[in-house]
Amino acid sequence: MKVDKKKGLLLPLVVVMMLAAVLSACSNNNNGNNAAPSGSASSSPSASASESTDVKKGGEFRFTLASEPPSLDPALMTDAQSSIVAAGLYEGLYRLNSAGEPEPAIATGDEVSDDGLTYTFKLRDDATWSNGDKVTANDFVYAWKRALNPETASEYAYMLFYIKGGEEYNSGKGSADDVAVKAVNDTTLEVTLKSATPYFPSLVSHYTYLPVHQATVDANPAWAADASTIVSNGPFLLKEWAHEDKLVLEPNPTYFDKDKVNFSKVTISLVEDENTVYNLFETGDIDWIGAQAGSVPTDRTAQVIADGSAEVQAIASTYYYVFNTQKAPFNNVKIRKAFSMAIDRQSIIDNVTQANQTPAYALVPPSIAGTDGKLFREMYPDTGFFSENVEEAKKLLEEGLKEEGLTALPKITLLYNTSEGHKAIAEAAADMWKQNLGVEVAVTNQEWGTFLETRDAGQFDIARAGWGADFNHAINFTYDLIHPKSLNNDGKYSNEQVGKWLDESLAATDEKARLDLIAKAEKQAMDDMAVLPFYYYTTVTMVKDDIQGVTSDYAGHIDWVFGSKK
Amino acid sequence: MVAFVLRKVSFMVVTLFLLASLTFVLMNVIPGSPLQSEKATSEQVKKNLEAYYGLDKPMFERYITYMDNLIHGDLGVSMKKKFQTVERMISSSFPYSLRLGLVSVVTSVAGGVILGTLAALYHRRFLDHFAMIIAVIGLAVPSLIMGPLLQYIFSVKLGWFSVAGLKGPLDYILPTIALSASSIAVIARLIRSTMVEVMNGDFIKTAKAKGLTGHMIVWRHALRNSMLPVVTYLGFMIANVITGSVVVEQIFAIPGLGKFFVSSIIDRDYPLIMGTTIFYAAILLVGRFIADIAYVLVDPRIRLKGGKAGA
Repeated sequence: MKVDKKKGLLLPLVVVMMLAAVLSACSNNNNGNNAAPSGSASSSPSASASESTDVKKGGEFRFTLASEPPSLDPALMTDAQSSIVAAGLYEGLYRLNSAGEPEPAIATGDEVSDDGLTYTFKLRDDATWSNGDKVTANDFVYAWKRALNPETASEYAYMLFYIKGGEEYNSGKGSADDVAVKAVNDTTLEVTLKSATPYFPSLVSHYTYLPVHQATVDANPAWAADASTIVSNGPFLLKEWAHEDKLVLEPNPTYFDKDKVNFSKVTISLVEDENTVYNLFETGDIDWIGAQAGSVPTDRTAQVIADGSAEVQAIASTYYYVFNTQKAPFNNVKIRKAFSMAIDRQSIIDNVTQANQTPAYALVPPSIAGTDGKLFREMYPDTGFFSENVEEAKKLLEEGLKEEGLTALPKITLLYNTSEGHKAIAEAAADMWKQNLGVEVAVTNQEWGTFLETRDAGQFDIARAGWGADFNHAINFTYDLIHPKSLNNDGKYSNEQVGKWLDESLAATDEKARLDLIAKAEKQAMDDMAVLPFYYYTTVTMVKDDIQGVTSDYAGHIDWVFGSKK
Repeated sequence: MVAFVLRKVSFMVVTLFLLASLTFVLMNVIPGSPLQSEKATSEQVKKNLEAYYGLDKPMFERYITYMDNLIHGDLGVSMKKKFQTVERMISSSFPYSLRLGLVSVVTSVAGGVILGTLAALYHRRFLDHFAMIIAVIGLAVPSLIMGPLLQYIFSVKLGWFSVAGLKGPLDYILPTIALSASSIAVIARLIRSTMVEVMNGDFIKTAKAKGLTGHMIVWRHALRNSMLPVVTYLGFMIANVITGSVVVEQIFAIPGLGKFFVSSIIDRDYPLIMGTTIFYAAILLVGRFIADIAYVLVDPRIRLKGGKAGA
């Protein structure tokens, strides 16, 4: 008798499990069937409320981030998550539009001195902080000097090294007073640079250049770690920050351009798992995936691109392999070329990465701007740099070996940081080298922290690398990666001529002349096969039909601030 | 009893100290640093950061500082999440893991006991086989598979539950199943094997001879004796489950403690590694301690030893 009662308790469990087994067997054939909103009734009451309203103004926008912003303090931010949230919270001198061009924000314009060294920004006088105080030129002076102060320990302080006296102050050799930024009056900011930097307007759109509210920061160093203590000046205010769970933003009623702001609420959930993000999109719990705000699971990418439910957009990041140019065999340019020419990039994109990436034959990605409204790659296409040619590669390898006095290649190891995606690419590459060159390359992986240390120490033959834009200029992909003195030149590629051209490009006053020099340096580096470029990244984005004006910016970060809901 | 407790507690303190020391050394000698980043910034910036976090000091000095702070109850500030104290990170995420964990413990015990008892009572009959098949499935399908599967079927396709989060009581159901499946299986098998043995014991025959009803025998004698291995298992299981499952919390986007165990190490966030390790160890030790005491309460033989009616 007792037993029968227990069976009653057991039954629901049994039923649930059997159902799970049965349904999983027959649910494979339901592709892209997200039209029927089965709707998770319990989770978001606001979802149903916003569905009924049909106005341009208002409406909630919901997306996810894989992890919460480590900081919302402009001086301490270093990552995509922080910058995506900060784009809503703060307003700097300029704001980049989706194409990556700086547009006036707090500054209405700037004047540049003839030598290109001194920038005078005119600030609007109707911008306020969320506590009612006016945003003045002093807020910028304070914020920049604070980020440069060695005691602030800002990792991105080097973004401000363009300012005269900035690096000296940061290294303790100069004082704050020697940093050449000053407030002429409340609405005039004057900056003197170390050397002419025509992309400075683009730089001041970077988050390290955002202003902060002095009294708030001075009173509480941890001011940006909680919603209740943040004082900001952007289109949105941080209403709630449930750590590790979600951030809720609402329009700033005192924002000077508040007519441009449409969403009445923005909810950012912190969801790490890609499949979960996709499921949330399917059930209508979020409105967007992609561009660092969640990503479409790799095994679904091909399908969502094919059925048109996702969009693919080029972004300013390059995937490449670094050769250790200081060590045999890759100290030899012919051997480097042989390895690069033996890779069939399109085949790797079609069969492995599957997100319509563009094969890369150089370093600067296609979404980086050039001049006169043209993109850099439109002005200097990377098509003629080198070709994939197995016969030629074989010949080069033989010649290279002869030059080095070798009869066979030493043991070569390809190092990548542990990830399924990198592993698949590494194995495909190793297979191509084996097929095309008859070379055995061992692939090995290390956990992220270990990997970085090994690569920095030069303990590799070939290592995986990726580079994303800090600002929208080709110099960011050349000076940083191939200049002999750059700390990010991990393969220690050293061609003094390339260094010289890049130095000259920084000093050039004419933008076209500068880009010519950069292109020359890039071409030379590719002739030397300084690195092995693989592809230019893309981002796969999905958005609900009723959301407008949300896109991926040139760098591949979601640009949501001035979007709207139908 | 007092001496027993005292001995156990002092043992726990020593264990914690050794563990904290060992963890401190290990995390410092593994390659990588809290300041690691893909983009090299500048030597100067790196120096400033090292000075800021005290990483420029020798390891021993940092160890003394850390231990001193620890004794005073200060777990430090995260190196990754700016200005967030480790204490706050643990105290605000632990309740989620704790609640889900407790629900899961109760589910595991209830489910396991029911399945196990059924299997034992219907030994080698249909219900036994059936219960054990379920147990094997629960054990064989890891939460990494079970979680997404449950989510896809019940949230995406059927729309019965929300995909992620832990906002209402219904939200507990899927994560709990994913989290409990394997423990249900383990407990069911433990109960079944001991109970089959116990049911053949002389004292059960005596009880039957005395004329006790079937369910009285199961309840008063068989089940209680079969619970002993379960109690041992529970000590470990509770500690594991209430500190959060990395996998289940990630799949259901639960802002619990679980992810810190992994992310702190990937980020080389030294204070957070120390904090989570010490916290987990403390919970585990307390869990075992409670299990020891529960043993005394459940096992009639142990109680006889301490009681007045002993030999």
